[in-house]
Amino acid sequence: MSKADLDKLVAQFPSAIVSTHSNCGDDTAVIRSETLLSVMRWLKGSLGFDFLVDLTAVDFLGRDPRFEVVYHLRSMQSGSRLRIKVPVACSEDGPNPAVDSVISIWPAANWQEREVWDMFGIKFTGHPDLRRVLMYEEFVGHPLRKDYPKEKRQPLIRRDYSME
Amino acid sequence: MAENYTSTLESALNWARKYSLFSYPFVTACCGMEYMATAASKYDIARFGAEFPRFSPRQADLLFVVGTITEKQAPALHRIWVQMAEPKYVVAFGVCASTGGFYQNYNTVPGCDQIVPVDVYIPGCPPRPEQVLDGLILLQKKIQEGTTWVQRRDRGEKHGGEWVTPRPRQPGHLPIIS
Repeated sequence: MSKADLDKLVAQFPSAIVSTHSNCGDDTAVIRSETLLSVMRWLKGSLGFDFLVDLTAVDFLGRDPRFEVVYHLRSMQSGSRLRIKVPVACSEDGPNPAVDSVISIWPAANWQEREVWDMFGIKFTGHPDLRRVLMYEEFVGHPLRKDYPKEKRQPLIRRDYSME
Repeated sequence: MAENYTSTLESALNWARKYSLFSYPFVTACCGMEYMATAASKYDIARFGAEFPRFSPRQADLLFVVGTITEKQAPALHRIWVQMAEPKYVVAFGVCASTGGFYQNYNTVPGCDQIVPVDVYIPGCPPRPEQVLDGLILLQKKIQEGTTWVQRRDRGEKHGGEWVTPRPRQPGHLPIIS
């Protein structure tokens, strides 16, 4: 259904596309992160993808680029869907990776970008209020990264059983 | 003779306490459904003198921790326990409240006894109302015998309870009362 939209995207931004794939009506385009805002603005303005269904990220630890930010788009007029993936590089022990915020295009991205920052430590440049949204402010690190220790807990309060 | 008198008085007091429990349900998860079933007419927790859920901790003496407790909620749970009327009792309702259940991750407290002193653990995911009533009867037995945590603390058998805050609190968050 949205294969036509994918083809239009490839024709419009040939240099932005890293790869595409389509399977069973499920269309995905992997694009370069520096072209994100212009591609997204064009997708909303020209193809009518007015609904940001989901914004999330994946950590491929050991791969370069390590992260991938995933945008699920839907057009309320035509009903077609499109998935945009943006690879984000991150060096070991380096600064937090960053991609452009899409709040200026879909205001609904606000809390979803905060959640991705909270869970994966990916910064969104241009976000007006990039705070943690699920974890508490005292929490150190980003728990959905694959190198976060599974057993590591950061309690705010505990009973001291040694006193009993 | 005097000793005999005080122990008899204590026994009568405990008898009165165990049949007039005012519960505070700290409901966070799906166990709340079974809590409601226990309170409703078919299982009727009123038969055991505990029919009155008070939704203010200051009017309650029995804390039902019903459901998963996250690390972010833990200071709020402790504060509610501190605000409750003495003598107070705590029941861990379901496996999540008892041990953390099947959650073994960065955000779930492995059992609410890490936060508040628990008298009775009710296992089950979620427990059936019969189990809850069984746990309540066990709590009543402990109250009559004077073996709940608060009663033992009042007799000097337990330390008054110390809480530690492993991570420094940041401004803008609720302070810990301990």
